[in-house]
Amino acid sequence: MDWMNLDWMTLSPEEWTAVRLSLKVATVATLISLPLGIGIALALARGRFWGQSLLNGIVLLPLILPPVVTGYILLILFGRHGPIGGFLARHLGIVFSFRWTGAALACGVMGFPLLVRAIRLSIEAVDARLEEAAGTLGANRAWVFATVTLPLIVPGVLTGMILCFAKAMGEFGATITFVSNIPGETQTLPSAIYTFTQVPGGDAGALRLTLVSIAISMLALFASELMARSANRRLDIE
Amino acid sequence: MTLSIDIRHRLGSFEVDAKFATGGGLVALFGRSGSGKTSIVNIIAGLIRPDHGRVTNDDVVLLDTARGIFVPRHRRRIGYVFQEGRLFPHLTVRQNLLYGRFFAPQQERREELDRVVDLLGIGGLLDRRPGRLSGGEKQRVAIGRALLAGPRLLLMDEPLASLDEALKGEILPYIERLRDQSRVPIVYVSHSLAEVARLASTVVLVAGGKVAAQGSTAEVLHRLDLFALTDRTEAGAIIEAIVERHDAAFGLTELRSRAGLWRLPRLDSPIGTRLRLRVRARDVMLAKSPPADLSALNIVPGVVADMDCGTIGPIVEIKLDCNGDVLIARLTRFSVERLGLVPGQQIHALVKSVALDRRDLSGPIQATAGADAEANAG
Repeated sequence: MDWMNLDWMTLSPEEWTAVRLSLKVATVATLISLPLGIGIALALARGRFWGQSLLNGIVLLPLILPPVVTGYILLILFGRHGPIGGFLARHLGIVFSFRWTGAALACGVMGFPLLVRAIRLSIEAVDARLEEAAGTLGANRAWVFATVTLPLIVPGVLTGMILCFAKAMGEFGATITFVSNIPGETQTLPSAIYTFTQVPGGDAGALRLTLVSIAISMLALFASELMARSANRRLDIE
Repeated sequence: MTLSIDIRHRLGSFEVDAKFATGGGLVALFGRSGSGKTSIVNIIAGLIRPDHGRVTNDDVVLLDTARGIFVPRHRRRIGYVFQEGRLFPHLTVRQNLLYGRFFAPQQERREELDRVVDLLGIGGLLDRRPGRLSGGEKQRVAIGRALLAGPRLLLMDEPLASLDEALKGEILPYIERLRDQSRVPIVYVSHSLAEVARLASTVVLVAGGKVAAQGSTAEVLHRLDLFALTDRTEAGAIIEAIVERHDAAFGLTELRSRAGLWRLPRLDSPIGTRLRLRVRARDVMLAKSPPADLSALNIVPGVVADMDCGTIGPIVEIKLDCNGDVLIARLTRFSVERLGLVPGQQIHALVKSVALDRRDLSGPIQATAGADAEANAG
């Protein structure tokens, strides 16, 4: 390989498309997972109900299963003729198969366990006696959550979001199994890198995208570190 | 203003079975650690849902298991000051104070921030965060926070238990002011006889999850048969007295009660102030004839009213009637037999002035803001 003649800086339009798509997919996956993730983390941390360990197991499953298996399960359930995918396509017009929305779904499912776990741990660290005190001061459950629990778990939520985002940026197996590798529609950064490595002369593109990948990951990490530190400073935890 | 409770609740092998009703003022829920006091206030606050029972406050039914009524904690309008403060760490002191006020209905916002801040002396802390406050400051903020929520009843669960002696002395005057100046009735949980004797107008004595006795503070604390349930070594009598004279030359203050004259190290309270004096039983000596050539300055005549003869231990408690005031003496059985003490006998009680600690004095009973703080200074 001729390292000196590589163009390090300029991304081709196709590469740009892959970067933009990856950012979009990871952002949408993280933001849509967030409310659901907080809800499930809350149920797992504070609730006591039948089927709690089952729910916990289902949430953690994508972490343990081979990503290809998760992708295939998504294909069965959310494909155009799958039980959930078919219903959504017919009644709400939401189609997942071979669309970027499917990539977002796959990435969201893969990042979800990390999101829930981080939030759940931070909820468990909140002193339940503070929530009790808020109750005696007149706050109902929703207000207690909004004014006491949520502000206290902000660092954990940020950590969970960054982990979920990073996982979504790097997701490959489930995405390619579920929605294939269509440039401009479902070809995310990892898929694009994979494609470059499969064609002759693709090294330059693969390297450029690898650098972009590293830069985005580092930025996300720094951002989360900064936000968590300022959140902790507000709580006087030094 | 009455609180009425009749509850039964099982916690593992321990059962709380308590029934009592209270009027206004400060009611002490008094008893040893583990006697079930905190469970009772948690049931009043709605933090625990008991197996059986009924709780009403001011004719509002808060709990009635027979009729399936359980008002959730946030709708009970009952303030709760916890032992450990439980201030919100992410809010400033001001935001903590105003937290409950935000949820209080407009017409229930009786207390103004300025007045409460003034009452509790926390003006300088408003912009700080709880993490930077001392234990005593935290507790005062916690009291203010509960008060500003406009409660119909204030529960205080051992609010001083986690503080050292000096800090207790710092906060007690504020609780006395709260008792005297705020119209909110208070249920005060404590295992400390000194606190109860100083603060309470009524005492509910709790032992083994049950109410062992209830009555005015003096009535309950003067019952010899209850000493075993409280704190025998701290037991004593409560005497209401008026500041009569200050002796500048010797630095003494003279108090007048029905029993007679009491001299103790100088107080700052103005003449005419009504105080509650606590005389511990272990500080009282008895003599059959008026003693002479003695250093003790307080010698009051009385009659032996009651003796705790049931025990065969080395210690005997003797209740004296000193012209209407009660005094309690704690003697060895050896001394009692040597003196041949019997009920009805004329006797003289001796108390060293320095045994009458200023910490055992309650503030003015009909308080005025200024005099109150002075009476308890130091």
